[in-house]
Amino acid sequence: MRTVVTVATLASALALTLGALPAHAQSTLDAVKSKGFVQCGVNTGLAGFSQPDSKGEWKGLDVDVCRAVAAAVFGDATKVRYTPLTAQQRFTALQSGEIDILSRNTTWTLSRDTSLGLNFAGVDYYDGQGFMVPKKLNVKSAKQLNGATICVQPGTTTELNLADYFRANNMKFKPVVIEKLEEVTNAFFSGRCDVYTTDVSGLVSTRGTRAPNPADYVILPEVISKEPLGPVVRHGDDQWFDIVKWSLFAMIDAEEMGLRSDNIDQHMGSKNPGIQRFVGESGDLGKMLGLDPKWSYNIVKQVGNYGESFDRNLKPLGFERGLNALWTKGGLMYAPPMR
Amino acid sequence: MSALSAPVSWARENLFSNWKNTLATLAIAYLLWKLALPFLDWALVHAVWWSPDAKACRAAKGTGACWALVADKHRFMLFGTYPYDAQWRPALASLIFVALYVVSAIRACWRRWLALVWLGGLVAIGVLMWGGVFGLRYVENERWGGLALTLLLATFGIAFAFPLSILLALARRSTMPVIRWLAIGYIELIRGVPLISLLFMASVMLPLFLPEGVTIDKLLRAQIAMILFAAAYLAEVVRGGLQAIPRGQYEAAQALGLPFWKMMGLIILPQALRISIPPLVNTFIGFFKDTSLVLIIGLFDLLTTVKVSLTEPKWSGFGIEAYLFASAVYFIFCFAMSRYSQALEKSLGAAQSRTTAGKGAA
Repeated sequence: MRTVVTVATLASALALTLGALPAHAQSTLDAVKSKGFVQCGVNTGLAGFSQPDSKGEWKGLDVDVCRAVAAAVFGDATKVRYTPLTAQQRFTALQSGEIDILSRNTTWTLSRDTSLGLNFAGVDYYDGQGFMVPKKLNVKSAKQLNGATICVQPGTTTELNLADYFRANNMKFKPVVIEKLEEVTNAFFSGRCDVYTTDVSGLVSTRGTRAPNPADYVILPEVISKEPLGPVVRHGDDQWFDIVKWSLFAMIDAEEMGLRSDNIDQHMGSKNPGIQRFVGESGDLGKMLGLDPKWSYNIVKQVGNYGESFDRNLKPLGFERGLNALWTKGGLMYAPPMR
Repeated sequence: MSALSAPVSWARENLFSNWKNTLATLAIAYLLWKLALPFLDWALVHAVWWSPDAKACRAAKGTGACWALVADKHRFMLFGTYPYDAQWRPALASLIFVALYVVSAIRACWRRWLALVWLGGLVAIGVLMWGGVFGLRYVENERWGGLALTLLLATFGIAFAFPLSILLALARRSTMPVIRWLAIGYIELIRGVPLISLLFMASVMLPLFLPEGVTIDKLLRAQIAMILFAAAYLAEVVRGGLQAIPRGQYEAAQALGLPFWKMMGLIILPQALRISIPPLVNTFIGFFKDTSLVLIIGLFDLLTTVKVSLTEPKWSGFGIEAYLFASAVYFIFCFAMSRYSQALEKSLGAAQSRTTAGKGAA
């Protein structure tokens, strides 16, 4: 283990000499405030969730959560620095304090919430694993897939969920396991397998962008797993946890109240007590979080409500609200009241 | 012989000298016809050069290349997430890198002042990339990317690994057992694991060993891992050169009363390094391409930015064009290095050239 020791001593010596030593007794909020930016871990490139555009600016639903937290803390949604992370790196980066928030399409599970020392601050997208088949096969339900050849990527829970589902339903399947997204979708569209399975969000964007003719493919109604994706913070700093959680809730509550980036200024003088509290004209919600009274106003003004973010990032890719509609519209997006 | 018939007679002599050669020439010509023409047809004739919404590309898919992808994304591919309006800075930094390479390649410039030129160049690159002075906006190194990052990783990697490797090679041949064992242990351990695992260790495991609150920059961690890796390989190359120096050279130096470092610096190393040029450049080229492995730890080097460009839905499915672009960039640098090393070998080896292999030896 000489390598480890050499690397570790060399590197820590460097870090000490560079003076990169934030006091760890400090709260995350104070550390973030003194740094002047929120350090946010994101996906290296996932369309609609976090992805740099042609100008190198990060865009997406997960990115908007980071921007919302920056708007709440600083009143300026641009005060974010992004750390692109691979799936293997993401939890270490958060645990070691390299990042303040992990907003990288991460599924909320019991083991991650507990043994990894993380706190999930809500759900910004409800996903789940589904199946896509060519229309000409005339399959209407996943229950008809007995004996099918199925294209799947290895290494994720996708493969395990697939096996579980078929075993539970007493069906057989032939897996075609291909690592690369590019290749697995090519295999499916060239007819090497009958079925392609991954998260529904992935199926939708694959069908919209890769299919020779999107209308020739259907996504089956069965969703065989629950994949709630959301922002994550470290254990041990409840104030920061609250700030991230309520920044997300503020986006959802704003949509429910009909507050948008383009109309929130008109609501400033509103008589509605709920809106008055939201924009910081009455009550002291901001103070309770340790933030400016206008924290939630800034989120909506600069980032927009949840629906705006969804429409901006995911709708153009062919996503429907589905489970991610507000609870008042038959979805699961439900934020506790802001009072 | 007239000028017109020269190519004809050349062809007759080299391509059609007997029936076997004629057959081979025809077969190869047929293959080129079958492979190269469709490629040119795809890459040039039916290619789509400009299509901001990628519709023309989708229409031409299968028959023509979609260079519109490169046209639309080239700035992201070359400079990553560096602020768009300040991308002249990494562009200039990349040019300074290339200029430094060129200056260092000219033998007339191999003087002491070259070290100062490098120092000045690297300071200028640092100022350009980071900013924060002279009215340049500060840009944190998480936003560095693309070609500038690839050149940075490769240059600093080689610049630090090379001196380290000479020390390691000398240590490995040392008569002092502890030093020798340390060097052997280091080299064998690092050579025994793939670069990917070192990068993973640096990016995933290392932060866990550090006290809470202490973090080292991701780029710095990757750079250190790459330096350690390259040093182990280069050390063995240098050791090969050292072993080729006859014993008499050492004894002659010692007879002159030269102390160890002077003997090495003035007599042994200049000869040993000259012998080692081909494998050294081989390792440099390999290392330059190895920098693309930082892909797996989420650093936006040239290959990562190319790959990320493809995740944008409108451009997904045009992987061939994007990767061709990346390979063209890598090829330019690697080919230049290899041509230069050949020229250098020739000019350095002129004094002691042995019998060159006969032209006829097949």
